[in-house]
Amino acid sequence: MTSVAPAPSGAGPGGPSRRAGGTGRWAAPRARRRRRLQVLAFLSPWLAGFGLFFAYPLAATVYFSFTRYNLFTLEYVGLDNYRFLLNDGDAATAMRNTLWLVAIVVPLRVLFGLGVAQLLTRIRRGGNLLRSVFYLPYLIPPVSATVAFVFVLNPGTGPFPTITRRLGFTLPDFFNDAAWAKPGLGLLGLWAVGDVMIILLAALLNVPKSLYEAASIDGAGPWARFRHITLPTVSPVLAFAAVTGVIQTLQYFTQAMVAAKVASGRADLAGTHFAPGYPGGSTLTFPQWLYDEGFRQFNMGYACVLALVMFVLAMAFTLVLLRQFRAFAGEEAS
Amino acid sequence: MRTTTPRRLAAALAAAALGLTAACTAGGSGDQSDSGPKAGETQTIEVWHGWSADHEVKAFESAAAAFHKAHPNITVKLVKDQTDERISNAIRGGNPPDVVSSFTTDSVGQWCQSGAWQDLVPYISRSGLDLGQFPKVAQEYTQFKGRRCAMPLLADAYGLYYNKALMKGEEPPRTIARLTDLAKKLTVRDPDGTIKVAGFMPSVQYYEHMPQHVTTQFGVKWLTPDGKAGFSKDPAFKTYLQWNKSLIDWYGYDNVKRFLRSLGQEFEASNPFHKGKVAMAIDGEWRTKFLQEEAPKVDYGTAPAPVPDGQEARYGGGYVTGTVIGIPRGSKHAQAGWEFIKYLTTDTASLVTFANALGNVPSTLAALSSPGLTLPPQFRTFLDVFKNPNSSTSPPTPNGNDYMVKFQQFVQDEWEPGKVRDLDAALRDLDRKVDDALKLAGG
Repeated sequence: MTSVAPAPSGAGPGGPSRRAGGTGRWAAPRARRRRRLQVLAFLSPWLAGFGLFFAYPLAATVYFSFTRYNLFTLEYVGLDNYRFLLNDGDAATAMRNTLWLVAIVVPLRVLFGLGVAQLLTRIRRGGNLLRSVFYLPYLIPPVSATVAFVFVLNPGTGPFPTITRRLGFTLPDFFNDAAWAKPGLGLLGLWAVGDVMIILLAALLNVPKSLYEAASIDGAGPWARFRHITLPTVSPVLAFAAVTGVIQTLQYFTQAMVAAKVASGRADLAGTHFAPGYPGGSTLTFPQWLYDEGFRQFNMGYACVLALVMFVLAMAFTLVLLRQFRAFAGEEAS
Repeated sequence: MRTTTPRRLAAALAAAALGLTAACTAGGSGDQSDSGPKAGETQTIEVWHGWSADHEVKAFESAAAAFHKAHPNITVKLVKDQTDERISNAIRGGNPPDVVSSFTTDSVGQWCQSGAWQDLVPYISRSGLDLGQFPKVAQEYTQFKGRRCAMPLLADAYGLYYNKALMKGEEPPRTIARLTDLAKKLTVRDPDGTIKVAGFMPSVQYYEHMPQHVTTQFGVKWLTPDGKAGFSKDPAFKTYLQWNKSLIDWYGYDNVKRFLRSLGQEFEASNPFHKGKVAMAIDGEWRTKFLQEEAPKVDYGTAPAPVPDGQEARYGGGYVTGTVIGIPRGSKHAQAGWEFIKYLTTDTASLVTFANALGNVPSTLAALSSPGLTLPPQFRTFLDVFKNPNSSTSPPTPNGNDYMVKFQQFVQDEWEPGKVRDLDAALRDLDRKVDDALKLAGG
């Protein structure tokens, strides 16, 4: 453990000036203490918020993860909850599904958003209208959007499958077939790509035109211009889109739950328990399993273990992604 | 040893966190039957219930109005369409209503064990209420391990509905073998094999054909006497599963899926039984009321659901459950709430009116045999099923109906699509999962 030693007089950062308030060998520590208190005073609103909304919940989550806790009775169970996690097939399914969404849907959304944004920078006439058209689906509340999506793709009554059947080919049974439910959710994610598209469009419009002109004079083709000018310039925004996309996807809940409920045809009635994941556990995501364990089964201690896993995953993804993007930006700059 | 400011800060934060944690950890539930204003004081109680259809909401409002007439000092504020989850979360959030009710007995084990619903024994003994006025099964499904945290408020019984026109003069089946024969005989297919009219749709995805409603006819035992999962130990599950799969295979799994996707909503006029798309279906007694309201032209009959061959002696019983009502922990007007519960659950005139309006089975012996019941003739079947000694319910556990949810998922996701190669091994695995989950919940 370190301790605070009095600084040698006249030495160290800010030595002489910080002794202005006093004389002798104790003047510097006193000034330093006062300065620390000032800093703490300025930091206190943030520290209070940090303590209340981050440190306390985190400490409580760790504490509860070692207990059997149903919000009424609490019993210390040691590592039992962690052991249960190792054999919990549903948690494993939920994790696989969530990682699938992170690995497939997030890059697709960023790439699709970038593609649409790039296209929109080229369109001279009607560009504003098209921007609105691509952005509008994002504004539709997720529940409505998902219900509509499941309806239009319903193989029995949906308009799309009906039309394609008449045209002679059959669409996959999105949302009712375990193999197609996650791709169905991916399609829904691409349809509502407006948020990614709009920030990337802003970033693309900010790329200095002079760079493109200079590169063209040097003989750079479209791909070289995109690779060496566009990508490095918008990479901070791409990093932002990727990191927020990963975090959002790790918390993916509403759309998967609504799609499963609507597609399964189960009425959401009082007294009924709809188990998430229909069909065949294919849409069960990690936050859904956490919710189910915590707020339906009342295994709050185990839900805390799941929450900690999610927290660690989100941190790990964020660190890796930020490091990758930093390395990419550094490489381009050099 | 001196500590730095950040370390002191961290220590203070940790101490505060643990202090808050301890403060948030509620202790035991205790006797709260004396809490809040006395029942004779003027007050308003908030009551949450699950009914949502217009005729249901109106029926509960009439019952509350009748109570207000008998207890003018207590005004009842009703909140409709509440699910078990919302109820549990309100209780755990510390701001529950005064009285709560649930459509099923699925969560009774959870609520009783955790103390989320108060123990009603002190209220019952102070009122001198005789529990013998409720049928034995209703007394069982309102308590868990001796802790009575709920009262029965109307009941549900399940039986077989059959569309007389689609039956083409056939009598309702009394055995599973006869049901299977009839299902095949009455099914109408399009030339491409797709199902136009199903004789009987065995899939667990067909609305009320949930495992607990159908397996009861096979006499299954969900749990062993020591409270463990009984899927691999009870051969009745295997009999049910093999029958269910053989009929699904006869239809063709893809045809079944397509048929299920083309159906209307269960609680709307588009229900396939209302529309004549299904000849026979297992359903609750409340369907009579829905048919009366939404499809009055459908000519239908009811009968107890069939039983496996060789078990004809058990014919007449069925799955029984019921609406339960109780006082949540933290209720601010607990004593007035109890007065309301006592009135609703024991006043014969009120129960009969309520049962007539909702099309539910009344839950006291007096109300069951009341001449005031004016339900359609098809309703008689469900009164008989409710009273039949072969009727049973699903046992309560500390994690509610998790074992049924897991079984349903297994049937729907693995068994019906034909993914199971070794049924015995699959059922053993299911047992392990259910037992692990029970252990996690403290069972």
